[in-house]
Amino acid sequence: MIKVLTDTRSIRIKGRSFLALVLSPELPLDGWLSRLDDLASRSAGFFLGRPVVLDVEDIEIDRAQLKALIGELAKRNVRIMGIEGGRPSLFEPGMPPAMKGGRPAPDFEVPSAEATEAKTGQGKPAEPAARPEVQVVRAMPSVIIKEPVRSGQSVIFPEGDVTVVGSVASGAEIIAGGSVHIYGTLRGRALAGSVGNASARIFCRKLEAELLAIDGVYKTADDMAPHLRGQAVQLWLEGDSIMAERLN
Amino acid sequence: MAKVIVVTSGKGGVGKTTSTAALGAALAQRNEKTVVVDFDVGLRNLDLVMGAERRVVYDLVNVIQGDAKLPQALIRDKRLETLFLLPASQTRDKDSLTPEGVEKVMAELKKHFDWIICDSPAGIERGATLAMRHADVAVIVTNPEVSSVRDSDRIIGLLDSKTERAERGDRVEKHLLLTRYDAARAERGDMLKVDDVLEILSIPLLGIVPESTDVLRASNLGAPVTLADNRSAPALAYLDAARRLAGETVSMTIPGEKRGLFGKIFGRRAA
Repeated sequence: MIKVLTDTRSIRIKGRSFLALVLSPELPLDGWLSRLDDLASRSAGFFLGRPVVLDVEDIEIDRAQLKALIGELAKRNVRIMGIEGGRPSLFEPGMPPAMKGGRPAPDFEVPSAEATEAKTGQGKPAEPAARPEVQVVRAMPSVIIKEPVRSGQSVIFPEGDVTVVGSVASGAEIIAGGSVHIYGTLRGRALAGSVGNASARIFCRKLEAELLAIDGVYKTADDMAPHLRGQAVQLWLEGDSIMAERLN
Repeated sequence: MAKVIVVTSGKGGVGKTTSTAALGAALAQRNEKTVVVDFDVGLRNLDLVMGAERRVVYDLVNVIQGDAKLPQALIRDKRLETLFLLPASQTRDKDSLTPEGVEKVMAELKKHFDWIICDSPAGIERGATLAMRHADVAVIVTNPEVSSVRDSDRIIGLLDSKTERAERGDRVEKHLLLTRYDAARAERGDMLKVDDVLEILSIPLLGIVPESTDVLRASNLGAPVTLADNRSAPALAYLDAARRLAGETVSMTIPGEKRGLFGKIFGRRAA
């Protein structure tokens, strides 16, 4: 039987990064769990609703122990979304998936004993005192490339903006988590907001691009308005479509 | 001090071997000891263009594998006593080249020659990366058409990352040699113009070699174009390019432009 697709809209697949807590258990596990209980007693709900990744790289643990540990954590309302640094033999169906390629982020502040006591003294419930806001506006890291990006080369920088002082050749690509700035001719591909940033933009001094993308929305050379070709252009996202206008 | 030049392009059929032979002969004519090395193992051509195909006994692979000594494999040119050829093997393939072997051969060649010109095979695989590995200078041969320009761009990227100099944090000096250029067709828009190519590749120009039947005639004669007829338009372009490589300042002529020397030749032919 032939399947008929009535809805021909394409599926949109994007990358997105989230900040997760990483728990690194230490041996013996009993001792570590009791210290965790102590932390939880000072700050109820610290782990509630937070994605937690278990890092087992530095400990010798077998599958049964890992399974028991996940169970113990579940009893404490700590839900594990993934396991980092585990050997493939540690995993069995039903366990959280293996994760890799994580990048370190600023350390989470664990509520200290004094701070909690001070608060409880005021009769307030033990709120997660130093719950850091993930959406804090921080200085975005950026990278500056002072040479032309040649055909076949990729610049991948999910952390932030990419600036190229030079041209991006046909067959080259720039993939940035933030915006892409090209002080030269863009002949290759530019992908801005690659990890889910709809406010990212693409700027270039001369547009001859093969492909443009912002936050997973694509536009090929054929879809671009001919009057923009060869011009200094900026591109941004409005809803599901890429908008473009000439600079200056 | 020996200088190692790689003649490379990425794309096939743009004139690497012709340019290697022509530049090699031009540099040797300056009385500087020059060797041209064929890295195109399995598809060797340089011996034909140099007219030495019937004198090949040992080759680069034999030297690398220790079956022959370097002096046994070097072929001295019959016309120029400062010009030598190190041929490639026709019966092997590029896997016979090892990084250690190539390094040893290059180190030995550097002791004996002023110029070592490596004729790179097409592509970006082992043969091409080993040919560029030890280069001090790269001559990037490009035709004025988009596919050749893009492939050259790719090669320039590799020269900036895969060479010994790049790994030391140094740079390979890169020069563009534009070959098979036809001013009339560029003017009509059938071909990229010189400025277009320079804008895309953004490396300095070493020379512009005009499209000419003299090139084909010379290779069929088995002579580098600079030796076959040193008054022909391509020969003059290669001789100028060789002087620039040697550090001289020579004004650039675009073949086909009225005031240039080539213009006169073209003008005469058209009349």
